[in-house]
Amino acid sequence: MTGMPSASLPVIELSQVAKIYGHGEGEVRALRGIDLRIDSGEFVAVMGPSGSGKSTCMNVLGCLDTPTFGTYKFLGVAVGDMSADQRALLRRNYLGFVFQGFNLLSRTTALENVELPLIYRHVPLAERHARARKALREVGLSGREKHVPAELSGGQQQRVAIARAIVSQPKVLFADEPTGNLDSQTSIEIMKLLTDLNEKHGITIAMVTHEAEIAAWTRRIVRFRDGNIESDVANQPVREG
Amino acid sequence: MFLNAIVLALREIRRNVLRSSLTILGMVIGVAAVITMITIGDGATAQIQADIGKLGTNLLQVFRGQGFGGGGGARSSAPPFSMEDVRAIEAELSGVEAVAPSSNSGAQAIFGNSNWSTQVTGTNDKFLQVRDWTLASGRNFSDSELRGGAAVCLLGNTVKTELFGNADPVGTTIRLNKLSCQVIGVLTAKGQSGFGQDQDDLVVIPLRTLQRRMAGNADVGAILVSARDGVSTAKVQADLESLLRERRKIRPGEDQDFNVRDLKEVASAFTSSTRVLTALLGAVAAVSLIVGGVGIMNIMLVSVTERTREIGTRLAVGAMARDVLLQFLIEAVVLAALGGFIGIVLGLSAGAAATHAFRVPFVLNPSIVILSFVFSAAVGIVFGYFPAQRAAQLDPIEALRHE
Repeated sequence: MTGMPSASLPVIELSQVAKIYGHGEGEVRALRGIDLRIDSGEFVAVMGPSGSGKSTCMNVLGCLDTPTFGTYKFLGVAVGDMSADQRALLRRNYLGFVFQGFNLLSRTTALENVELPLIYRHVPLAERHARARKALREVGLSGREKHVPAELSGGQQQRVAIARAIVSQPKVLFADEPTGNLDSQTSIEIMKLLTDLNEKHGITIAMVTHEAEIAAWTRRIVRFRDGNIESDVANQPVREG
Repeated sequence: MFLNAIVLALREIRRNVLRSSLTILGMVIGVAAVITMITIGDGATAQIQADIGKLGTNLLQVFRGQGFGGGGGARSSAPPFSMEDVRAIEAELSGVEAVAPSSNSGAQAIFGNSNWSTQVTGTNDKFLQVRDWTLASGRNFSDSELRGGAAVCLLGNTVKTELFGNADPVGTTIRLNKLSCQVIGVLTAKGQSGFGQDQDDLVVIPLRTLQRRMAGNADVGAILVSARDGVSTAKVQADLESLLRERRKIRPGEDQDFNVRDLKEVASAFTSSTRVLTALLGAVAAVSLIVGGVGIMNIMLVSVTERTREIGTRLAVGAMARDVLLQFLIEAVVLAALGGFIGIVLGLSAGAAATHAFRVPFVLNPSIVILSFVFSAAVGIVFGYFPAQRAAQLDPIEALRHE
């Protein structure tokens, strides 16, 4: 289905994962025991109304949070038993993040923003710069290395953020409403870029969105409702522009 | 990891120049205050030491009376010294290099139309040696002039300038009150003493001349004694005291009616009191360093809140809690050290300006400079730790959601 040779290798495996916030009367069951498997090379949209548990699920998948019950295996390793530092290392070495609000460091050039994950990986300066430039080229921002976010359009800022997410060559890229702050034309450009990264570079992408036309670009749509997975269907991605 | 953190910290400081400047302002002022105070204090100490050195090396002064200042009520009742005392000291004390009697009298010095009120000191030819003084021109008193009470004089530099300007007065005759007096020499300039007196405002004449022609008695007001090299001034002081007690018939246990002052002791007393003052000023200024540290903590805490989303982003892309801790800690230390450095430069400049204004020597105290720098960096660690700890303990999800 994905067309990738390693398609059958599970990158993400959730089994009976529950997430409960608070105690007693005030307890909130954000996830009520979900099973989810995402294989290498997939492009998945996670949809659902607010409060459906999709954001909690993404936080767990992104190793920012741990499940209260159930197991989450990333590349076969249980994340639930990991310390905060171990999860930070996992994020550092295997994950990339793209946020709705871009989350670029202000007054910091595109190049410096993109090389940030490499700094934490202790990549030497010269290689860091070379890889950051390459990542910026891949998102179509060659020549903008010295621009600070304030000098870039929303779409360009999101491209910088995507370059930052892919510069460390992650296994999985998590995108949280990546087009939420962009107009529809720019959204299409960003979705084309993500599709490209998925198809040409084989990066597994999990993307939260509430817009059906954005989800339509992906190959699989998972819908959440009240902490459960309501539906999980394959999708024929759109290719218009 | 460390180098990375420093690079990140410098990048951060550069990112917000205004905030960084405000953060370190307290530090700058604190360090500058400490350095300025200590520089002025050290300058004053050096000045006092130099002044006392100017009075003469190994100099002991013998005064009548008991007071430290020599001007107490006991002075008037105590009998004066005599030339016999001077000769006895010369003859009997082996540790003595030279002895000069000294009696003073105020006088108007007059030359032509110029007129200057000064002090006349009657003494002998050892005066220059004892006071560690040299002649700029002319000669010292001869034996016959001393014995005969000749009307000859040496001029202090101030008197010479007031009466003669730049001309050489040697050979001319001036009047001291009613005494006509030939100038045979001019003293080199010594400048102000540590007590603010102009040491060059005097005319030196033979003691006998002063006694006969001006004072009208045979008294010796004070005796100046210089100790031989290698002999401690304390020993000479003890010898002088026992000799003079004997000569003045003071019974053991009775208070002596004279006073031997060791200028080295005076010097060390003054020096140590200046040191205490310097330390006090430094301590007060050091309090402002603490205030500067609190300023850093304050701004760092604001900065952590302001940059919560940034911290969340850093955590998401793989920073560990200790990376964030180290980043903020190093930011604080770099800021504090930067403030310390600027403060040192400012403090030394202000110290140089102040010492120039107060006419005291500028003394660079490297240990204080290094100490201030290290201390300011330490302040950065102490006051940066709490904000850094806060930043490191942020929950990435909460931090990312922060607006």
